[in-house]
Amino acid sequence: GSTLAFLETAGGQITPASLSTVTAATQIGDPITVLLVGAGSMEAAKQAYKLPSVQKIIVSESEKYNHYLPEEVSPLVVKLLKENSGFKHFLVPASTAGKNFLPRVGAVLDLQPLSEIIKVVSADTFVRPTYAGNAVLTVKSKDDVILASVRPSAFEPAAEESTATSASVEEVDYVKSGNKTEFISEKLITSERPDLSSAKVVVSGGRGLKSKEEFDQLLYPLADKLNASVGASRAAVDAGFCDNSLQVGQTGKVIAPNLYIAVGISGAIQHLAGMKDSKVIVAINKDEEAPIFNVSDVGLVGDLLDIIPELTKKL
Amino acid sequence: MSSKIRILVPVKRVIDFALKPRINKTHDGVETQGVKFSINPFDNIAVEEAVKIRKHNKGVVESIHAVSIGPSKAKDVLRTALAKGADTSSLVDIGSKELDPLAVSKILKKIQEEQGSNLIIMGRQAIDDDAGQTGQMLAGLLGWSQATNASKVTINEDMTVEVEKAIDGGVEIVKAPLPLIITTDLTLNEPKFVTLPKMMKAKKKPLKVVRPEDLGINLESRLETVSLEEPVPRKAGIKVKSVDELISKMKELKAI
Repeated sequence: GSTLAFLETAGGQITPASLSTVTAATQIGDPITVLLVGAGSMEAAKQAYKLPSVQKIIVSESEKYNHYLPEEVSPLVVKLLKENSGFKHFLVPASTAGKNFLPRVGAVLDLQPLSEIIKVVSADTFVRPTYAGNAVLTVKSKDDVILASVRPSAFEPAAEESTATSASVEEVDYVKSGNKTEFISEKLITSERPDLSSAKVVVSGGRGLKSKEEFDQLLYPLADKLNASVGASRAAVDAGFCDNSLQVGQTGKVIAPNLYIAVGISGAIQHLAGMKDSKVIVAINKDEEAPIFNVSDVGLVGDLLDIIPELTKKL
Repeated sequence: MSSKIRILVPVKRVIDFALKPRINKTHDGVETQGVKFSINPFDNIAVEEAVKIRKHNKGVVESIHAVSIGPSKAKDVLRTALAKGADTSSLVDIGSKELDPLAVSKILKKIQEEQGSNLIIMGRQAIDDDAGQTGQMLAGLLGWSQATNASKVTINEDMTVEVEKAIDGGVEIVKAPLPLIITTDLTLNEPKFVTLPKMMKAKKKPLKVVRPEDLGINLESRLETVSLEEPVPRKAGIKVKSVDELISKMKELKAI
């Protein structure tokens, strides 16, 4: 058999989350076919040539696929999986786009997908978190074709090899969908900083910062110093300190950077679910009883207004 | 096109979000004895939104039906939905069984057909299995439009629906005619508390119990639980006294 992996692109580049999906696919062990759709996918295919174990690249540049509307992408994926009985696995990154269309594909093919796998045990057995990461489920699928979304933070992004593989490229046409959903617009938070989902260092703020002004004035200079992305707890988002897209937690982003600095974050279960797999966790909080200190490698108790500027200056 | 909206809101009974679940002794599930259960927070937001749509679009919403698939105790979460403003409800009583999202979607499709619903609003995920699939699967089975992780919903005069949705890195706006499935993000609204008098009144509203056998659906699970474990706990590290110590410790850990 072989594995079909959906790779998301942004500006003609394969996203880091998709590169993690390739890593998960290599762990299954079968040869990999990758699927790239929408504008810039031919450009991104050049990058796909250099990914390990990739044998075939399927591309559809139809503009209908530009925003990954699930009503459009699903019929194409369904057709590919039906026409090639060799595909035993179909993997997507657990991004909002991947999670949006994968279950739709599953329902149409009468298959039960696995959400956010964090480990490949064998070809039919996988590990995924449940209960906000408070329980880790090892699950075996009885489906003939196993569909799964891959949690990016659990797999290293696949590295491009120095020489291109001999993968073949196949262009496929748009598949008629009967779609009635119309894309109107999108508003992306653009930033010079690294993307939160794949940043090596994340500086994150919580309710311990008293206002939006404090959040901005304390966190951003520190993040600049460390070339870090900025995150936040749900409490900080709810208090209006920052945009919801910065939220780290069960209901926000799940990340695992090399360094996570939690500033004024108490450490609710919900938040821990989003960052507890970080390599090094640093917690700075004025409350020495804050649960965040139970998971942090290094903790410092004190006034954020003193500590953060001092830290920023001395780094 | 129908000019009336018939809303269906699926609600799940889950372990209360504030509790930390404990793995059971046989490592195939979590302890449920003596544990507080509540309506799934995302589903609570879905009910709230249905009621809000009715309030803000006079005469447009014909009915709001809540459905739960679970044990007979899931009647509690249906009563919460009724107290919040749903008109009618049904419980598909599956006892202590746990179903895959695929089986749940198949049941919900039957309920949609029975109710003639053309707008389904549901949570983007249940906080127990964290699958986040049922809305999209149901949309796939029905061949309907879908808008996931909704942070704002607007019903237009021509009965199309505009949905602002949370996506990686920002928001996206899509527009679709009915029928449509919307799944809720936490930012969609802030659910109000249900008052006791409303809870009492809800007891008089219709709650029909359906047996899954009568729906003629194969509920067999495609997934087999091999084991359920607690994650490897992270050890608490050390506390330092100063910024200088903090920096040297971070260097020691090769974090900077």
